[in-house]
Amino acid sequence: MIEVLSSTALATVQDLGRFGALGWGVSHSGAMDRLALTAGNILLGNDENLAAIEIPIFPFRIRFHHSCDIVLTGADHLAWLDDVALWPWTIIHVQAGQALTIERGGPGRWQASRVYLCVAGGIDVPLALGSRSTQLRGQFGGHCGRTLQTGDRLPVGVPADAFRPAGMGIVPPALAMPLTVGDIPAIRVLRAAEYDAFTDQSCADFWAQNWKITSQSDRYGYRLAGPMIEPKYPLELRSHGIVPGVIQVPHGGQPIIQMRDAQPSGGYPKIGTVIDADLWRLGQAPIGSSVRFIEVTWAEAVTALQDVADWLEEVRRMVALGRTVQKGAVDDQ
Amino acid sequence: MDHDPVVSMLGTTALLLEAEGETSLETQQKIWSLSSQVSAWPDVLEAVPGMNNLMLCFRQPPFDPQPLIARLQDAWRAAKPMTVEGRTIELPVVYGGEAGPHMADVMAHTGLDARAIAEIHSAPLYPVYALGSHPGYCYLGGMDHRIATPRRKTPVLKIPGGAVSIGGFQTGVSASEGPSGWNTIGSTSMSFFDVTKQPPTLLQPGDAIRFRIERVVA
Repeated sequence: MIEVLSSTALATVQDLGRFGALGWGVSHSGAMDRLALTAGNILLGNDENLAAIEIPIFPFRIRFHHSCDIVLTGADHLAWLDDVALWPWTIIHVQAGQALTIERGGPGRWQASRVYLCVAGGIDVPLALGSRSTQLRGQFGGHCGRTLQTGDRLPVGVPADAFRPAGMGIVPPALAMPLTVGDIPAIRVLRAAEYDAFTDQSCADFWAQNWKITSQSDRYGYRLAGPMIEPKYPLELRSHGIVPGVIQVPHGGQPIIQMRDAQPSGGYPKIGTVIDADLWRLGQAPIGSSVRFIEVTWAEAVTALQDVADWLEEVRRMVALGRTVQKGAVDDQ
Repeated sequence: MDHDPVVSMLGTTALLLEAEGETSLETQQKIWSLSSQVSAWPDVLEAVPGMNNLMLCFRQPPFDPQPLIARLQDAWRAAKPMTVEGRTIELPVVYGGEAGPHMADVMAHTGLDARAIAEIHSAPLYPVYALGSHPGYCYLGGMDHRIATPRRKTPVLKIPGGAVSIGGFQTGVSASEGPSGWNTIGSTSMSFFDVTKQPPTLLQPGDAIRFRIERVVA
């Protein structure tokens, strides 16, 4: 059992998402940075789809009422267990009664926004339509279908029978797979159905200019600020299915990227779609920061997905190796 | 001879098939038929009907999507309209005033007054074409084009559950509070979604909604 001590807004319980319910109007939800959640679960020997707490606003404080093992993944922020500083992406043993504090980190190599608190055994809230992810719009899933509040007590599942040596960690994916244009973080994009309906100048600007992530950005979508994106003629589409990553351009001319809580359908014209392989990067881009878009082909987009799968496979291999080596070291004593 | 539907990619997550021509119930019945058929294909994670269109989410995106697209086009050409014996629910609506904050925009665009808009809006029986947007929300067919009004320049951050709204040639009722790019012309109250039920939605494609004027606030 863990207890939320701070009333910071917008922290939610998330697993990898809820699939198969789009036809009821229920979006995928799930972790904004799926690599961080998956890697945290691998380190802990969890099923890779177990739920964690996604934390976007700091400081964040919780108390552990039972001993357990945790990993902090995602953004490299500052964290303490009572008064002991913690390494991110690393297994930590926690004693019953200890308090965890996470604060926003200073300037670093990688600017990111969301921390995942992964626990051995996972955050054991009930499944709703097959997932533990919080469905904010529908007010179900996660913890009571809402963001976490001070005093909330969250159940932890039974940990897998795995050796979890304290201090074993991995290199974050943003450092293992960097992607920038100049010094601006970059995101790869495929053209979408209405790309050719935008003016040549708008299309050129879309690829060549920086896009600022405005303060009106959240798990539903990122509203961008940059040059005006204008269609050659007014477009009024019939409502159709959309997915996280779709970049819509409403009549106001400023793009909106659909994120994990985005509605599963829409009708604004689409200039592009962020490829699935880069959604985790975007999920970590802080409000106020800028991104650049890189155009890719279908083949490049599918290959990028394979690169992500390869990175995760390497994490699984290294963690398994680390367990064997360290277990051996313990057994020798 | 009908044109083949347009197929486009939604990143590497899904593809979208859009039928050509005017939006019609017959086309939608073919979409339902195609949806139920392709849901069983092994490479399809889920098939999601929209308004005369269908989204297919991939389990794994294919390295070459062309064979899948060709198979989909073949299935579309062979698809027969699937009729559904649905049920009809009636929803009383307060049009205009605080319940319909964008009524003035629809009046300005159409040149009609609030009473005329309410009467035109409440006249048809609206078949549920598809669900989407948010849990339990129904996309309805059959709105009179005289009250069609473009989606808003910038989406509104919060409209309440029960909001009756117009977006382009479509209309619908919000099932819960949230953002929307549509023009809200009135309000009703009904629970459209209950996660504890199976299925969790009040209405399914093939059911129908009738709006009844409770009052019009000028």
